[in-house]
Amino acid sequence: MAVLNSKVPEGPVHLKWSNYKENQNLVNPANKRKLDIIVVGTGLIGASAAASFAEMGFKVKAFCYQDSPRRAHSIAAQGGINAAKNYPNDGDSIYRLFYDTVKGGDYRARESNVYRLAEVSNEIIDQAVANGVPFARDYGGYLANRSFGGALVSRTFYARGQTGQQLLLGAYSGLNRQIALGNVTMYNRSEMMDLVIVDGRARGIVTRDMLTGKIESHFAHAVVLGTGGYGNVFFLSTNAMGSNGSAVWKAYKKGAFFADPAFVQIHPTCIPVHGDAQSKLTLMSESLRNDGRIWVPNKLEDAAAIREGKLKPTQIDEKDRDYYLERRYPAFGNLVPRDVASRAAKERCDAGFGVGTGQAVYLDFKASIERLGQHVIEDRYGNLFLMYEKIVDENPYKTPMMIYPAIHYTMGGTWVDYELQSTIPGLFVGGEANFSDHGANRLGASALMQGLADGYFVLPYTIQSYLADQITIARMNPADTPEFKKAEDEVNTYINKLMNVKGTESVDSLHKRLGKIMWEHVGMARNKEGLEKAITLIKELRKEFWEKVRIPGKAESLNVELEKANRVADFLELGELMARDGLLRKESCGGHFREEYQTEEGEALRRDDEFMFVGAWEYTGPDSEPILHKEELKYEAIEVKVRNYKK
Amino acid sequence: MSEKSINIKVKVWRQSDAKDKGRFETYDVSNVSTGSSFLEMMDAMNEDLVNSGKEPVAFDHDCREGICGMCSMYINGRAHGPDTLIPTCQLHMRKFTDGQTITVEPWRSKGFPVIKDLIVDRTAFDKILHAGGFISINTGNAPDANAIPVNKVDSDLAMDAAACIGCGACVATCKNSSALLFVSAKVSHLALLPQGKIEAARRAKAMVAVMDDLGFGSCSNTGACEMECPKGISLSNIARLNREYLVANVVD
Repeated sequence: MAVLNSKVPEGPVHLKWSNYKENQNLVNPANKRKLDIIVVGTGLIGASAAASFAEMGFKVKAFCYQDSPRRAHSIAAQGGINAAKNYPNDGDSIYRLFYDTVKGGDYRARESNVYRLAEVSNEIIDQAVANGVPFARDYGGYLANRSFGGALVSRTFYARGQTGQQLLLGAYSGLNRQIALGNVTMYNRSEMMDLVIVDGRARGIVTRDMLTGKIESHFAHAVVLGTGGYGNVFFLSTNAMGSNGSAVWKAYKKGAFFADPAFVQIHPTCIPVHGDAQSKLTLMSESLRNDGRIWVPNKLEDAAAIREGKLKPTQIDEKDRDYYLERRYPAFGNLVPRDVASRAAKERCDAGFGVGTGQAVYLDFKASIERLGQHVIEDRYGNLFLMYEKIVDENPYKTPMMIYPAIHYTMGGTWVDYELQSTIPGLFVGGEANFSDHGANRLGASALMQGLADGYFVLPYTIQSYLADQITIARMNPADTPEFKKAEDEVNTYINKLMNVKGTESVDSLHKRLGKIMWEHVGMARNKEGLEKAITLIKELRKEFWEKVRIPGKAESLNVELEKANRVADFLELGELMARDGLLRKESCGGHFREEYQTEEGEALRRDDEFMFVGAWEYTGPDSEPILHKEELKYEAIEVKVRNYKK
Repeated sequence: MSEKSINIKVKVWRQSDAKDKGRFETYDVSNVSTGSSFLEMMDAMNEDLVNSGKEPVAFDHDCREGICGMCSMYINGRAHGPDTLIPTCQLHMRKFTDGQTITVEPWRSKGFPVIKDLIVDRTAFDKILHAGGFISINTGNAPDANAIPVNKVDSDLAMDAAACIGCGACVATCKNSSALLFVSAKVSHLALLPQGKIEAARRAKAMVAVMDDLGFGSCSNTGACEMECPKGISLSNIARLNREYLVANVVD
């Protein structure tokens, strides 16, 4: 059966979104008041969508697991947000941003969605400024831009190294205004435990109140998930400790197809791992690659001496340094996309040129400090340099930073059509939680753009079009609706099952073991044997989890171990699907690098003849294998090429 | 960057729920790398507790990169511990010595009641922002971002104020539990920008009224809040708030 209908509107790519908006269905103001929307997650997509829906007149219930919506992990994005404003007059355009994003994603994203993203990018900047986001400005009072990887123009708007924080606080302020007006009901410290489907449509969620342990049902005419990515399946990542894939995973098990789970982004510039007690990894913004040069020693003996503490990086002469990105990719240099930069770092370290523990390379600001003065570097990156110094105890103005790649972002996610609707009618998914816009690799400063595009400018249109059809559906009382009752019972049974394992292993210890399997076999370089091994190992670990996990305390109160166990149980299933997807995709593209498929120069070898599709997985039950559905990707407005950042 | 391994004692506040009286308990934590973060040390302590079948110490934390504002502890009597310009998650064990006893408590303030162990309820901060911590504009109404130039000095000062992470260290540090640094940071951030200037006086008045209602005290004028703020939010924001507040009352 042709299950996947992407519902891409007719017409040339630059007219599709206008055509959609001109022909969509609308809901009259009196009916909007009778329609409820649930928004799970309050990051950029969740907060902006909830505020925008409420402004339109819908009644919104918003949920987050943190103590306040302001804490969502969008807050940690550092470097910036892209838009095609062309304020620097350097040749940018909507088409060029679209082109760079599709190319950066290694031609595995849906063309029409990406064009729309580029199209609304400028409005996002307008909206953010109107909300009071203090973007960097020049002395004339106009907005400043900087460069990010994968682009030859300066199109990134930024608020020092805290762009995500400022954009989220902007969206959160809009949300606060609607909460005060009574149009949004906010549920903090609430975890979505399941999706409720009535007559084939998403009609609500079951949540656990994380303070009391109470299981509750919430009805809505449509449900939006903006719950972020699943990078924490690797245990160590740049994600927040609480970031999880449970909402999208529960939705998957209720019938929402999961697309391209193997597409994971490994960010090249993170602070290296310090030891076994490591709990998370800290990103150093990609924007640093504007002014920092990446290198390792070009002599093995120098690298060894540095690792043994006998030599300092500042003692290595220029001629003995290998600025390997500038050497390999003359055109883009240090600003190659993230997947390319990460693999190049791994290649050098694997060859024995790594510094620090051997798993690190240098990011050096000496040349920029000499050229621009330390005050300019401080002005641009002061907070990042301070953060580095607090963590590593070295002054990066004097000695080069040490960095290494780390899990950062997941391009895969719930499969959605052009309207951002999943395969379950009434379930919409936006931001990092869906798969749609970044293909196999996301460019820097595009996650903030996508989150706010989906929340401010896409979902408010598409969800209205869906709800226009739902005006005759009266609000349901979950207590009188068997589907809600059944979902609640299942959640209670599941929690009891977790609590009653009463084993001997902590959740974290099991999670760390999963992380090791994933990093080793489903990480930066993958191969058939490793992926098959990962599937076996994950299955064994999952079995062990359900025999050995230990959760002290009670379910009917605040219980951090129970929260973690619920998330890790889902990661133990999701990790297997990631390996399965990686095994299926016998090509290298973007963040997915299969060792069997590379050029003689070690570059990724894409295989468009067989793999130019989105792989969307359908859940078939706990003991049976998922079914793969393919959405063929067609590029009409763009010529498909081999990605080349050399010239 | 020479890391050592140290053994410490953690004297930590345990309180099972809001009604419990609470008490200190002391746990040994051994072989802690001085390169670990403070929260990684707490993880190790909790791992030991779980392994001995006890409930781990509940504490708020999330991003662990100093920006979400969720972590919130007094460490040896100081909000966010013995280092400056960082929240708890950026504190590292190299600030402590072998054999040391480290005392860890939740924020102590009427405005932030304890929920469990080190977790406090900070929804009061959200409520203050509901009263006016926004610019009243709907999605889709914005003019071009460069239509209104903004003086770079004002824009930079707005960014300085907007850097607040809403952790509550200012309240926890103030002997009067005043929330004025938090409130003034938001009022200043928005009042300094032409987009937010229009509602500035009304905003200041509304936010201060809610702050007073929620039981936060008045400014102690000691500047302790600024000293302990992990983001270095300046006291000059309080002067700016006072100005807007005065204007609002004159207009009335």
